[in-house]
Amino acid sequence: MAVGAIGAPKGIAGRALGNRSLMAGVALLVFIILLAVLAPWISPYDPNDQDAIASLGAPNAQHWFGTDFFGRDVLSRVIWGARVSLFVGAVSTAISMLLGGSIGILSGYVGGRFDQGVMAVMDVLLSFPQLIMGLIIVALLGANLTDLILAIAITAVPPFARVARGPTLSLKERDFVEAGRALGFSNLRIMLVHILPNVLDDLIVMGSLWLATAIRTEASLSFIGLGLPPPTATWGSIIREGFENLLDAPWLAVFPSLAVLIVMLALNMIGDGLRDATDPKAAVS
Amino acid sequence: MLRFVALRLVMALPTLWAVLSLVFVLVRIVPGDPALVILGDQATEQALVALRHRMGLDVPLWDQYLQFMAAVLQGDLGISMVRNRPVWGEVATVLPYTLELTFVGIFLGVLMGLPLGVLAAQHRGGWIDAVARWTSLLGLSFPAFISGILMLLLLAVELPWFPVIGNAPFANPPAHLRALVLPALNLGFIMVAYVARVTRSGMLASLSEDYIRTARAKGVPARLVVWRHALRNALIPVVTVVGLYFGILIGNSVLTEIVFNRPGLGKLIVGALNDRDYTMLQGLMVIYALVVVGANLATDLAYGAVDPRIRVR
Amino acid sequence: MTNVVPLKTPPALAVKDLTTGLKIRGIWHQAVRGVSFEVMPRETVALVGESGCGKSLTAMSIMGLLPAKVGKVLSGSVTVDGREVVGLPEREFEGLRGNLVSMIFQEPMTSLNPVLPVGFQIAETLRRHRGLDGAAARAEVLRLMNRVQIPASARRIDDYPHQFSGGMRQRVMIAMAVACRPKVLLADEPTTALDVTIQAQVLNLIAELQAEDGMAVLFITHNLGVVASIASRVVVMYGGDVVETAPVDDFFQRPSHPYSAALLKSVPRADRRPDSLEPIPGQVPTLFQMPDGCRFQSRCAHVMEVCTRRPPLLPGGGRPDHQMRCWLGRPEGGL
Repeated sequence: MAVGAIGAPKGIAGRALGNRSLMAGVALLVFIILLAVLAPWISPYDPNDQDAIASLGAPNAQHWFGTDFFGRDVLSRVIWGARVSLFVGAVSTAISMLLGGSIGILSGYVGGRFDQGVMAVMDVLLSFPQLIMGLIIVALLGANLTDLILAIAITAVPPFARVARGPTLSLKERDFVEAGRALGFSNLRIMLVHILPNVLDDLIVMGSLWLATAIRTEASLSFIGLGLPPPTATWGSIIREGFENLLDAPWLAVFPSLAVLIVMLALNMIGDGLRDATDPKAAVS
Repeated sequence: MLRFVALRLVMALPTLWAVLSLVFVLVRIVPGDPALVILGDQATEQALVALRHRMGLDVPLWDQYLQFMAAVLQGDLGISMVRNRPVWGEVATVLPYTLELTFVGIFLGVLMGLPLGVLAAQHRGGWIDAVARWTSLLGLSFPAFISGILMLLLLAVELPWFPVIGNAPFANPPAHLRALVLPALNLGFIMVAYVARVTRSGMLASLSEDYIRTARAKGVPARLVVWRHALRNALIPVVTVVGLYFGILIGNSVLTEIVFNRPGLGKLIVGALNDRDYTMLQGLMVIYALVVVGANLATDLAYGAVDPRIRVR
Repeated sequence: MTNVVPLKTPPALAVKDLTTGLKIRGIWHQAVRGVSFEVMPRETVALVGESGCGKSLTAMSIMGLLPAKVGKVLSGSVTVDGREVVGLPEREFEGLRGNLVSMIFQEPMTSLNPVLPVGFQIAETLRRHRGLDGAAARAEVLRLMNRVQIPASARRIDDYPHQFSGGMRQRVMIAMAVACRPKVLLADEPTTALDVTIQAQVLNLIAELQAEDGMAVLFITHNLGVVASIASRVVVMYGGDVVETAPVDDFFQRPSHPYSAALLKSVPRADRRPDSLEPIPGQVPTLFQMPDGCRFQSRCAHVMEVCTRRPPLLPGGGRPDHQMRCWLGRPEGGL
């Protein structure tokens, strides 16, 4: 008796829609993105307006999240910080996707010694702790927006390269690639037109998972003090300032911390939901 | 078994070489002249030349590489440019704190994560499964410094159960251990997420295997079926994840050391970054490289311990 | 002389009106319905049928190993060595499994735990039911390994399953199963996954052990060749029903249920020309599509109106202990 084979298979889309945690995650993320996009209109104060009298004020009717050492409104800083944090996370993830994807496809497509060499380098990079690597690269490159994004992006290149390489190896043996080669298409064209679209799905799923890591890395680097220079508000830097006044004004650190946590939760819920929706094994429950 | 260990040791050598080379490359890709960066624009040409010589930057790159490797092999990590003391000495004084934190963190993570994952799989869909699911979700979501800050606020400031400073001298064991609780819990809690998750899915897989039916057909008590027959097999993916998690753990230990103001490699590296102490940075990266290779080796050996198919051929 | 009532030995395994339910998509289905048969000590009974006919489920019901929450015995009785096991609490059942009643399975490659030494896995049975430990357990394990003819047992006792061939693994399984000299051995297609030569060795081994220990063997198979060589009685199942039960020779000579007849015609035999093979048309209906009444009616060449009523077990073939579940040739059948 095939007792184990019970359970109605539903379509991926159906399962994704039926997945409450995925929907809740998407809703939370959309909310935060809206806050970030609408920052100029909805933030109650200018995030950099100082007010010496209001230094380290507790949350009240005027300043829901309280004020920081310079009397700046924490709520406004958290809303504006969302812009930078999400932007850095999204752009660096996109760059790692692009770089890692290209390296992976090229490596898998060329194959042989080249592939072995590239993957060996990727493995070594992968084995080094990601945050330490980020620290070193930021320290070496400097701490402006571009370099910060680049540093975070570089640390995520190896995993994307691995993800892109796997399917490329099997795709290049397939008939349509052989046919393309027989028709005299250039290698670049084959990689772009025939292989990339097939690898893209995996890259995007991976990207959604790495977005959380990238945002967390930015926050961690800023917290350590290697992020963007003041007065730019990012969640990590607000938490850092809050941490310096933790005993006097805990709200300073708590509210931006909760903001980071909510985004992390939202992204992880989306990641879990996507995994359940795409992996039929995980869905049988 | 002895041959297996020896083989793994030999196989770790190329990795060690590769990771050390990576360290060399990383430190050498500094844009511009490190000596200029350190001494600033006002430095005299003489001072610059002297510093380049002291840092060994005035010889060809391959020569620098050979000198670097030779020095590392002899256990010489150089002299800190800023503190003017041997890097190894600086590292050695704080290394016990980091190792202690890391090991206790891993221990707590496995101690809490394994049973949680097993129980969640055993009572799939029940309340403990929900607890495991939310614990994992939270653990995966919390950046280590944020969980650390919240713990500090709740359990050291609001409820003064634990000291705010996460360290006390080894000479005073009770205070030392009490100070270790929060930082170690912080690392452990995040690790629980990973361990519980893989344990659960590993258990779900192994509980539906044929050998579980065989064990039950022999009359093996349900408790042993779960904790001996199923868990032994579910440990294999857990080892993989603990090994992979090690990289995250090192990053998290740096953040934890900062939040709880503990001495350790984390504070040392942040100090070195702020001071632009390149020799110290390079030395620390060598240490991290050794730790990474050591962790890989430990993972391989752990595989051998839990899976006879790898150990015995 | 007239007063002497012949003393009947009690059966080692008696299954009576066993009905087992499977819960599929929230609905309970009778996957085994009203199955009855007996196996005497030293006897081998073959339980025959296509996959999905409920024969493995019957064995699992006897062992108390139905999948939790989606499988349960709905009614009926199973006695092992005179003890009722239906409804037995799990703790007590554990004390019987591997002790009074044992089971061996189809897949020797996956039925042994890959991370535990085989000696340890055999010893578990002894530890659980005989309280043997340490050196005593080890000595007994070695004796068992010799008994199931595993060569170089002393050297191999601490080896792991992946170091054994399929045939050897099945011997390990058998050693575990007979370790406590059970009264009943359930063998669920134990030779199907093995090479033909190994199959014969394993069948011989089971027969030898049975002769020595006097076990009753319920041999589940779809291989009629195996049935002919080892069994004394045959129980044929279809769609959860016992459709025919007969002594083995009478079954092969006079299969009376249309399904049994069709089954015999569908397998190659040495005394028939291969082109005389007739596959049974259609497929076993799933539990959702099971017709009322006789469950074979959707594939039966002799289907009649009355088949929508479930036939009782009726005498068939040439002997009193030959029964079948079919209206064919009955006066009621003409109704």
